[in-house]
Amino acid sequence: MPQHDVLVIGAGLAGQRAALAAAESGASVGIISKVHPVRSHSNAAAGGINAALNPEDSWESHAFDTVKGSDYLGDQDAIEIMCREAPDEVLHLEHLGVTFHRNEEGRLGTRAFGGASAARTYYVADITGQALLHVLYEQLMKHDEVERFEEWFTTALVRDDTGRIAGAVTRNIRDGSLEVFTAKAVILASGGNGQVFTPTTNALICTGDGIAMAYRAGAPLMDMEMVQYHPTTLAGLGLLITEGARGEGAHLYNAAGERFMERYAPNKMELASRDVVSRAEQTEIDEGRGFPDGTVALDITKVPRQRILQALREIVNVGRDFAGVDITREPIHIKPGNHYAMGGIKTDVNGETDVAGLYAAGECACVSVHGGNRLGANSLLDTLIFGRRAGAHAARAGKGMAMPSPAGSELEREREAIDAIVARDRTGRRLSELKAEMGKTMDADCSVFRDEDRLRGALETVKRLQEEVNTVSVDDKGSVFNQDVLGVLELQFMLDNAECIVVGAIERKESRGAQYRTDFPERNDDDWLKHINLTVKGADSPEVSYSEVTMTQWEPEERKY
Amino acid sequence: MSTSENGAGSAEPESYTLKVRRYDPESGETAYWHDYGIELDPARSVLDGILQVKDREDASIGIRCSCRAAICGSCSVRINGTTALACNTRISDAAAKAGSGQPIVVEPMNNFPVLKDLIVDMDAVHWKKVQRVVPWLLPDSDPPEREYIVPAEAMIDVTQSMACIQCGACVGACLSLEIDPEFVGPAALAKAYRFVGDPRDGQTEERLRDLAEDPHGIYDCTHCFACIEVCPKDVAPMSQIMRLRRRATADYAIKDKNNGYGHEKAFVDIIEKWGTLHEAQLLPRSFGDGSLVKGQTEPGAVKQLVESLPTAMRGLRSGKVSPKKALVHPKLPDQENVRHIFKEVHDRDERIELNLYIVGENSGDEEGAQAEGGGES
Repeated sequence: MPQHDVLVIGAGLAGQRAALAAAESGASVGIISKVHPVRSHSNAAAGGINAALNPEDSWESHAFDTVKGSDYLGDQDAIEIMCREAPDEVLHLEHLGVTFHRNEEGRLGTRAFGGASAARTYYVADITGQALLHVLYEQLMKHDEVERFEEWFTTALVRDDTGRIAGAVTRNIRDGSLEVFTAKAVILASGGNGQVFTPTTNALICTGDGIAMAYRAGAPLMDMEMVQYHPTTLAGLGLLITEGARGEGAHLYNAAGERFMERYAPNKMELASRDVVSRAEQTEIDEGRGFPDGTVALDITKVPRQRILQALREIVNVGRDFAGVDITREPIHIKPGNHYAMGGIKTDVNGETDVAGLYAAGECACVSVHGGNRLGANSLLDTLIFGRRAGAHAARAGKGMAMPSPAGSELEREREAIDAIVARDRTGRRLSELKAEMGKTMDADCSVFRDEDRLRGALETVKRLQEEVNTVSVDDKGSVFNQDVLGVLELQFMLDNAECIVVGAIERKESRGAQYRTDFPERNDDDWLKHINLTVKGADSPEVSYSEVTMTQWEPEERKY
Repeated sequence: MSTSENGAGSAEPESYTLKVRRYDPESGETAYWHDYGIELDPARSVLDGILQVKDREDASIGIRCSCRAAICGSCSVRINGTTALACNTRISDAAAKAGSGQPIVVEPMNNFPVLKDLIVDMDAVHWKKVQRVVPWLLPDSDPPEREYIVPAEAMIDVTQSMACIQCGACVGACLSLEIDPEFVGPAALAKAYRFVGDPRDGQTEERLRDLAEDPHGIYDCTHCFACIEVCPKDVAPMSQIMRLRRRATADYAIKDKNNGYGHEKAFVDIIEKWGTLHEAQLLPRSFGDGSLVKGQTEPGAVKQLVESLPTAMRGLRSGKVSPKKALVHPKLPDQENVRHIFKEVHDRDERIELNLYIVGENSGDEEGAQAEGGGES
């Protein structure tokens, strides 16, 4: 039975950074991931990482942009920490070997990004997330004192008899064996839940596992209704076209050839924050000014061809391979698409949740630095800053503590649940049909524009699917790489996420950030400048409660771009 | 682990057949083929096809996949015999390549043990080789207070190897690996260049010496281009290997016991002198430290020279080589021209390196040349 001071679940940027920080602080560390770490979805963060590193820039400016971008729902103490620590973190990564773009003097060079008042996005072509992820993995290979469990699927958290989180139940995907991993602290770094929506820019692995596990273990989820729709995704497939394209100078046009952002954000135009641009596009499409395939056009052709090929090579490939378009020569059709969960497991600035022994960092967590809307190039930063803080804090907290003993029979329960799924004969619909219904419902009724009636309908569908998934059967009856049975567990996780997203969206009777209620079209600071927390409570789940938004130096103002 | 029903594509679905190689390690039976019919928009991928089969018919087919966008590197398989990412191989292209009425053949990668169906053991081969090249930055001293100051071009230069997503396609396609499973291989060597080419690394010579002296190192590549052809990210692993060789020979004059240095020098000297590849000269010069006259033959070289004789004999027997052709090299019309080009390139101060992030173009794109000019539009 593996034992570690700190157990990290998820090996994207937040998880790897947490593991390295915990090991540096002297803890024994295990890191578990259901895929090989370099397959993690941090890869997809193409555009860059924000830091006020330039002497003419300031962390306060970065923080204010982030606060404003969050539509004042972000916690300002957490945002201050993130922005203050950003420059050192970027330098640390540079020292580890990240091949950041240089300017002519050989110093770190920047590009512009949405919602930012200065060019403070550091980048590696348009593979920044990939470069960071692979460089951190180099460090994991170097520091073999961090024990890696690659292709292990965590099914549940376990407690000791004081109620403290004491480890996790995990299935070795290669042979199907189940183990209890014991730890003084567990850090969830398991990523977002984009697969709840169809389509999504998110990878197939982004199924909200950690968010659901924390919720089931009693940790509050915060601001789950805040779901970012990215302004530039390919219709149908949902693949991402990086904001870097607009950062490099690309424009948006409707079918009539109008640069419509003039009407919505006359100052920042295409580089307004993402919720603003997505709503503008969706309005154009809904009011009949889009193309027949329900899209608008992103035109990158005015950026010099060589610059595109150097700095946006990845989306040249995406356009060519997945849309049949040479983006250096013609516009590409795009639309808003599900992209990022601002909400997640409620944590403090050290990644601690409300449940003893349980931490969270990265997209699965909600500190909250993104509030109602995340700025581009702040997600990589979030993963690294709060991954590091969680790792270091968990390591410190565990010093002198005895190794806990997991109570109860969590392992047996999980084994029986999995065995029951495998043993069940087919009676109803296939797993894929359930997933498709969830994804399409969420995209139709809980996306850019929302209203109470449609949200109620979505909630009903989700609740029905929660029942139905408990009767679903699988084709694969084996133990080795049984992806089928894991798919059932993932859908159960996703449905918990979906329920909380819809409940949060129904609860918040205002329009703020990514939440736009056509029946409550105004921001309402008097009643709703607060976080919505959802906690499991038997049959009444989720129970709704509220917490204050932390303000330090920025009073809410009207948000204009 | 999940499903793919991702909303509608734009075109009408067409019918295809996927012939998938199945293997269940728990069944006690050997691998077998199974045909699956699918209905798919021709613009979608082979992965979408496989996921459709999993969604609708048989979810027990094992394949690693995640991003669907050629960035996570999970879904390398062989499609009609060619290694590729299933997610960026168009189903209509695969069908066209298979030929009319023929199924699209999907099987696990070569050079790897198969764990189940299309899933191979990446750890046992790929990651072991990556670990071999000391895959982390080794600076000489403590880092500066701010960033390292390095030329912008150097960072763009290594970005080509940084673009590697560790999908293993090149490893699966590598012909040298098929013969010598110990070969460090294209992916790991491309990774090695990422450090050798990085001015912040302080172990450049040690890395090069290590990989030049290793009998399964940089001189084990046979220049077959297979890795370049299959790489989904245009990393061009073989080009990175050739850069490692140029650094090892031209910059550090590392005279390895594999005779890589000697062979390359012989090759270059012969072209310089005759403007054509004089094969009768190549063998003795390669094993003689690049020079027949000065001829300080490495101890291991004699053995290698003797070992290569059967190959020469086979060449003679098959008529591919005749004693006359081998010894008296036929005169070619352009030899003078070749010598001229050689001199021109050789006299340049700068080393010309092909790098996609500098010339900014895809090797497969026939308009490649335009990009170099800047292509304002």
